[in-house]
Amino acid sequence: MYASASAVYDAAPFAAAAPRRLTVGVADGTGTGGWDWRASVAARVGTVAGAWEGTGVRARVAAPRRTPGRPRIRALRRGLVPLALVVLAVALLGCDAPMSTSEIEGSWNKEVWKPYWVIIWLAGIVFVAIMAATIVLSLMYRERPGREARQIHGNTKFEVVWTIIPVVIVLVMMVPTLDSLFKLDEEPPADALKVEVIGHQWWFEFRYPELDIVTANELHIPEGRVVDYALRSVDVIHSFWVPQLAGKVDMVPGRDNRMAFSALNARPEPYLGQCVEFCGTSHANMRFRVFVHTAEDFERWAREQAAPRVSSVSRTAEEAFLAAPCLGCHTVRGTNAAGIAGPNLTHVGSRTTIGSGMLENTPAELRRWIANSSAVKPGSKMPPMAQSAGGTLTDEQIDVIIGYLQSLK
Amino acid sequence: MATVAGTLAQPTHTGVWSWITTVDHKRIGVLYGVSGFSFFLWGGLLALLMRTQLAVPNGTVIESDRFSQLFTMHALTMIFLAIMPMGAGFFNYMIPLMIGARDVAFPRLNALSYWTFLGGASILSLSFFFEAPGGGWFNYAPLSERPYSDGSGIDFYVVGLLTLGLSSLMAALNFAVTIINLRAPGMTMMRMPVFVWMTFVISVLLILALPPLTVGLIQLLFDRQFGTHFFIATEGGDPLLWQHIFWVFGHPEVYILILPAMGIVSEVLPTFSRKPLFGYPAVVFSGIAIAVLSWVVWSHHMFTTGMGSVPRAVFAVNTMIIGVPTGIKVFNWLATLYGGSIRFTTAMYFAVAFIATFTIGGISGVMHASPPVDSQHQDTYFVVAHLHYVLFGGAIMGIFAGIYYWFPKMTGRFLSEALGRWHFWLLFIGMNMTFFPMHFLGIAGMPRRIYTYDDGLDWGFWNMFATIGSYVIAVSLLIFLVNFFRSVRQEPTAEANPWNAPTLEWGTSSPPPEHDFDAIYTVRARDPLWYDRDHGIAPPEVTGEHIHMPPPSYYPILIAIGITLLGVGALSHLAVSALGGVIAYYGVWGWALEPTD
Amino acid sequence: MAHAPAVAHGGGHTTSTGTENRKLLMWIFLGSECLFFGSLIATYLVFKHQVIERGIGPFPVDVTIDGVSHHGILDIPLTSTSTFVLLMSSVTMVLAVYGAQHARMKMMKLGLLATMVLGLTFLGFQVYEFRTFGHEGLNLTTNLFGATFFVLTGFHGTHVGVGVLYLGSMLAASFRRNGLGRDTGAHVEIAGLYWHFVDIVWIVIFTVLYLIP
Repeated sequence: MYASASAVYDAAPFAAAAPRRLTVGVADGTGTGGWDWRASVAARVGTVAGAWEGTGVRARVAAPRRTPGRPRIRALRRGLVPLALVVLAVALLGCDAPMSTSEIEGSWNKEVWKPYWVIIWLAGIVFVAIMAATIVLSLMYRERPGREARQIHGNTKFEVVWTIIPVVIVLVMMVPTLDSLFKLDEEPPADALKVEVIGHQWWFEFRYPELDIVTANELHIPEGRVVDYALRSVDVIHSFWVPQLAGKVDMVPGRDNRMAFSALNARPEPYLGQCVEFCGTSHANMRFRVFVHTAEDFERWAREQAAPRVSSVSRTAEEAFLAAPCLGCHTVRGTNAAGIAGPNLTHVGSRTTIGSGMLENTPAELRRWIANSSAVKPGSKMPPMAQSAGGTLTDEQIDVIIGYLQSLK
Repeated sequence: MATVAGTLAQPTHTGVWSWITTVDHKRIGVLYGVSGFSFFLWGGLLALLMRTQLAVPNGTVIESDRFSQLFTMHALTMIFLAIMPMGAGFFNYMIPLMIGARDVAFPRLNALSYWTFLGGASILSLSFFFEAPGGGWFNYAPLSERPYSDGSGIDFYVVGLLTLGLSSLMAALNFAVTIINLRAPGMTMMRMPVFVWMTFVISVLLILALPPLTVGLIQLLFDRQFGTHFFIATEGGDPLLWQHIFWVFGHPEVYILILPAMGIVSEVLPTFSRKPLFGYPAVVFSGIAIAVLSWVVWSHHMFTTGMGSVPRAVFAVNTMIIGVPTGIKVFNWLATLYGGSIRFTTAMYFAVAFIATFTIGGISGVMHASPPVDSQHQDTYFVVAHLHYVLFGGAIMGIFAGIYYWFPKMTGRFLSEALGRWHFWLLFIGMNMTFFPMHFLGIAGMPRRIYTYDDGLDWGFWNMFATIGSYVIAVSLLIFLVNFFRSVRQEPTAEANPWNAPTLEWGTSSPPPEHDFDAIYTVRARDPLWYDRDHGIAPPEVTGEHIHMPPPSYYPILIAIGITLLGVGALSHLAVSALGGVIAYYGVWGWALEPTD
Repeated sequence: MAHAPAVAHGGGHTTSTGTENRKLLMWIFLGSECLFFGSLIATYLVFKHQVIERGIGPFPVDVTIDGVSHHGILDIPLTSTSTFVLLMSSVTMVLAVYGAQHARMKMMKLGLLATMVLGLTFLGFQVYEFRTFGHEGLNLTTNLFGATFFVLTGFHGTHVGVGVLYLGSMLAASFRRNGLGRDTGAHVEIAGLYWHFVDIVWIVIFTVLYLIP
């Protein structure tokens, strides 16, 4: 079966092949190492059955396909442009997504987009150039009858030029990159607002040491003022990210990472934030919101938050709360609930979400959460409270607690 | 002129035992390739499950912990059980042929590498029956430590990777010695095919990069099993130490994944352009430069961990610089097309598409070489887009180019060009449908490694689009499987050099005889077959001398079983490890004393 | 007339560089081992000062923390002795290699035996040191000095142990009818490379851990 293999070493066909004309197979097509391009074209034109006749064997020569050339390139280019526009248009849809990184709402993003624009333009130019070159060269140099390949081994001039071009591109990228890198790392001004962001599995704790505020899930900051964030974690690595305002910095246990930026515009809708370093079961659910206030609104918020729990709560509701397991993990200032494993609840009624940004702060959602938090948020460390889920509280008790929590404005 | 053993194009032994005891590099290559491709399909299935879960907001197909296992095992499978072994399959089959040798330097060590790989792959994949690792493929501490990952998943990860690392190390040592020492007369280093060069370069990278990973894994193992605190901050350890150690391995690893595909493409493009590779020295030296530079960029994976500005600046600059040799290769490949007479076989489609899709991945990579930009890109789908463009659009495209190119050489048959075209276009379209939108998702703020996302974030459309794309990829792979299985059953019609290619593997029959070459070539230039043809030089005369090939041996698989048991024992009972050690030692004795004549 | 230098199996045939395949293999493997020990030593250095800063002993050197002086746990005279023993084992290894390369089998066997004995003696010293440290309160989990110290020196000791096993296997095989075969010189030389490497790594460890303050 492989007797023909030894025919490879028969010197005669090699002598018969004209040197340097690699496009020409052996004239008699005995399959001694050359192949026949006509057969390959025929194979393409032929049916599926023809496809397995392969190219090492002379196939029937059908009419060759229309030879490729300029018309096809033009046609392709005409098709590519609208395609590119469509892609671009759809892509830009991403630009006002609620967590879009292309919004410049914070001083960090403002700085980042200086090198980013340069880099995007360079990337776009390189992309278009390489794609165009690939397509054009592939089409222009398709095999054609009588065409011979030019046996080029190299060209020092070109190779030097296209070594220098990437170096130049790199230099152009490098300058704004390094400039922004160092600017973003600058020490914040002395009057920056200090905030500690502490990561837990799977919620964000926020402390304002100078304002004596401890809260969770929501970050409130004044517009236009630099905030100096100290980023920490009590367990695994998390990462603090509000895409429309700033990039991310990781929260590494044992380290005190810092970042500083200001939010540019006060607005009623919050900015959305999320943990962005995989931290376990509910990493996807570890979210938070950032509210940017005017200076006066922020002052007011800070005063309210620093105070102990409002005095207008129902005493019976509070007793019910304090009799429940809650105080083992939660703090409510002004009562003897001083647990620190879970979020501080002193002003939980004023927050828009619970469960670390997962659920709206409504009675219905609170009931789902308190009854069995891990059914809502897998892995939640808060044990189920409802008796139906293995806890100790009846539905009525939970209702009372919900009312209490909602009153903690 | 027939030869003594020359007409024997098939090995004389058949049957399962002959495969288990084989030391023939071609058979070992087939074993690696088939295993690797099977794991590629498995890894793809894991991906389909993830994409199905992410197609809509608040999906309920896969729950959180299972999803973490899916993304962890998808990456580990693709990297260690699919791309690396498929690459190893080509190294095994082609390197001795391309350098004009008859086998690798250490045939039994070669077999041992494969069987150890299979052992490690089994440990890692069968973890699904117990608990698969779920901390991500780079498995950051302290999430990987005992209090946070208390099950056996991370232990499977540690033992599996240690075993796989050992297998890769043995293979790398083998190929380094083979390429250095076994080249045919006249084949200087600068006459070697680019694929051989890239194999040599990644062998050196493996030899130097695997030990740090081993050390990191050992330290993690000790933390989990023996109570040390290397990565536990509360006891004085440093979680970032794991990241440094891992990425010192991890970054060279990604070049280990891509350089072979670049080597394959550097063979396919000239063959089907019918002209030599443009700027061979530049392509070789840029490959070496990439490998050397890969050692000084690792912390670009850690830009957001709170490193100081000066280290970040240094790593940023180094990372941007590594784009230069990469760019040079791309230009050289394009210039190879220029002035050619290009024949678009399926292999050539994949090779040309590689240039495009790999470049997209390279561009997005250089974008986040800038730490300010990376502060937005890191841990988002933008990085997922980048890595899939370089690994799928790069490594996998290159591997498929190699499959279509070398299938005739390995089997004597051709893969169907018609089905190949369907496979190619569906794969290309599907791949771009799946991964291009991930750039948009990253910019739109979608983090990676999340099992679900909320409504109202504008992420739903592109996620659904990407999921559809992933199913298109799956269909294309089914077409490839049909093509493969039908083609292997065709009549063998391929002669030695059906593509009229220039390198030495095409100077022997398809498939080659067990002893590879009837007579050893004398190499006079790069692209030896084209040079010989152009100068009317006949292939070497068969001398009729007795060609002795190494006999088969069961010691490699025996030792591999011992090594695997060592690992399994670490996960269960130490007695199993002891047994494994004894078996391995017995195997080493047998190996050392067994006659090779 | 082309002759076929391609090697079907390593050893004894012409190679492109002239270095025998298995020797080249051992050299390259030792290169990877350099990275292995280098990573372990780097980890040690990363945590070296931090142990003293945290104030949880025992400590490698004499320190005074908050007015309380702590005695350094490393015993340099003892370890210098064990280092000397290991160095001597390299000398005996050289003799074994010489004997193997010059067909002086008795010299080779004695050299191998002596190297093994000295290697085991070194390991004995290590075991003694580990147990002493254990009694003084330093183990794997005590602090990061304990962790890095025991992992580093433990893996080095394991390499010495594997070396002893390696040499012992060769010694046992040398008693067969045709001994280690016609490549005896190469085999023992390659084993010698490994042994000397393990010795050199110890020199580095000894210097970095014990001698440099």
